[in-house]
Amino acid sequence: MELVLAILITVVGASTPILIAALGELVVERSGVLNLGVEGMMLIGAIAGFVVQFHTGNPYLALLCGAAAGMAASLIFGFLTLSLSANQTATGLALTIFGTGFSALAGSSYSARPVTLMQPLFPAEFYSSPIIRVIFGYSFPVYFSFVMVVAIWYFLHKTRAGLILRAVGENDQSAHSIGYSVIGVRYLAVMFGGAMAGIAGACFPLLLTPQWAERMTAGRGWIAVALVVFASWKPFRLLGGAYLFGLVMTMELYAKAGGGPLSAVPSELWAALPYIATVVVLVLISIRRDASTNAPACLGKPFLPAN
Amino acid sequence: MTLSRRTFVKVGGAALALPLLGSRAFAQLEKVKIGFIYVGSINDNGYNYAHNQGRLYVEEQLGDKVETVFVENVPEGPDCERVLRELAQQGCNLIFATSFGFGDSVVKVAAQFPDIAFEHATGYMNGPNIGLYNARFYEGRAVCGTIAGHMSKTAKAGYIGSFPIPEVVMGINSFVLAARKVNPEFTIKPVYISTWNDPAKEADAARAMIDQGIDIIAQHTDGPAALQVAAERGIVGGFGQGADMSAFAPDTQLTAIIDHWGPHYLASAEAVLAGTWTPGNTWEGLKENVVQMGPYGEKVPEDVRAAADAVKNGQIDGSFHIFTGPIKDNTGTERVAAGVTMTDAELLSMDWYVEGVEQPA
Repeated sequence: MELVLAILITVVGASTPILIAALGELVVERSGVLNLGVEGMMLIGAIAGFVVQFHTGNPYLALLCGAAAGMAASLIFGFLTLSLSANQTATGLALTIFGTGFSALAGSSYSARPVTLMQPLFPAEFYSSPIIRVIFGYSFPVYFSFVMVVAIWYFLHKTRAGLILRAVGENDQSAHSIGYSVIGVRYLAVMFGGAMAGIAGACFPLLLTPQWAERMTAGRGWIAVALVVFASWKPFRLLGGAYLFGLVMTMELYAKAGGGPLSAVPSELWAALPYIATVVVLVLISIRRDASTNAPACLGKPFLPAN
Repeated sequence: MTLSRRTFVKVGGAALALPLLGSRAFAQLEKVKIGFIYVGSINDNGYNYAHNQGRLYVEEQLGDKVETVFVENVPEGPDCERVLRELAQQGCNLIFATSFGFGDSVVKVAAQFPDIAFEHATGYMNGPNIGLYNARFYEGRAVCGTIAGHMSKTAKAGYIGSFPIPEVVMGINSFVLAARKVNPEFTIKPVYISTWNDPAKEADAARAMIDQGIDIIAQHTDGPAALQVAAERGIVGGFGQGADMSAFAPDTQLTAIIDHWGPHYLASAEAVLAGTWTPGNTWEGLKENVVQMGPYGEKVPEDVRAAADAVKNGQIDGSFHIFTGPIKDNTGTERVAAGVTMTDAELLSMDWYVEGVEQPA
């Protein structure tokens, strides 16, 4: 039982940054923009968060600066793709490459320097028993990620602003013709996505491993991008998807480290499981005739006003 | 500037002497230019950092007589060939390729530049101008294993590996053999994570092992993530790998294995300067100071320090070799007979685990 609780705690840690980054990307894609620079923005957020935590020791300020750094990086992407109508796929890939290099440069004098981990949000008396710890034992970003799932769902489906954002993503020409600023809405969405990716990146030095290492996000930005498709652009499915991936990634390690029946599963199968799960989910989605894939109709297309 | 008679004579004399210098493949030099290529970043706090420290050591020791250049994050593959050729054309006299996967490229480029000395770390393909060098990291693992055997209360350690290559397998076996000399019940479960650098995964692997009852952790990946988790969870301890990582976990690091390539790089640079460089094949360890042990952590009691020192000193004076039989593998079959020591070739192709290692999935 205790082991199950311990596994749960590790799963939450592994899933949180992926969930936060994917939530940001979900909003970006709902506005019709495909930003493949999530990994790069996460790394920029990670180094910004690390540097601030190292110098100030204030993890909330570190998260905030991570968000600001991610947002600044996303503005490069926004300017190129929205103002200059550059190709979104190529620009997003370039942003990832830039983020990898820039974070390495900015972090080059911070090797061999540990920071302190972010403390849990609630005081220790709250989670004296292990079961309560599974619920109340985490630091701020974990609760933030859950709140954001609900908030983004509410925003997209229950508010007028969310309706406008979806309209821009589904049919930019119509939204434009009735007077909404397509470019303006998309800029805001891209900046929100950048801030979320920055926070997700800052979670690495603050929550998972209190140090700076080059490329420390190790491809999780790409998992976040894939999850948005996996979740068919729906926030609650995204929550499920992020935890499914987190669970599989964590179970692989627990199974390898422990005895018992799970350790008989070959490690190659564990490594393949997230991808098998993706294929299965995509098949299930496409079997359901009534629902389309739910992809925003204008996803990835530059907006050029008809008149 | 006018040309004085004295300078004219000097320059003329030098010009006359020039053909004499060129008559040998490896001539004496006034100044040596050395190129280094690294597979990762010099800021990884581990393997590549250590190689770069070796480069700085040479610069410090030789002063004006040396110039060094380095290229980091060179992928193992065709790109490496281009980088090597570039270094050769920049006028390097000596080039160190510091990762196993650079081997094929070194062989190709070295054939095109017969006057340049190449040295390849941890490789196996030598040539008329390709030397090989490696370090006996397993000697350090034996010291760590001795400490683990004494200090573990659960008699169970975790070991995070990158890939099951002989270098890593050898380290795990050395660690377990040394620990079982102290505590015959000692076991290890290796977990391979299929990467050299993914700190979050290393940390989660450490959590997974600690949650399942290990109280000492060792790793063969590039960073200090596992050690930090050990500190966070308050287990008995862990070890630094590649470099002293005590800055990350001052109370938890029991000792560290430090790669110290400096002396080897210096010797090669001096040989090139003197014109006496020949392609060697060195595999040096604690004795030659290429592998060093970090300071003991405060937690390590006096008697354990003494036992660890004995293992260290035995390997330095040659009286102790961790791979001396009898050694059984983890299926119970005897692999090395009593009194027999495994050869270097056998060690470098090791693909089986000794008794006490739970077979990884």
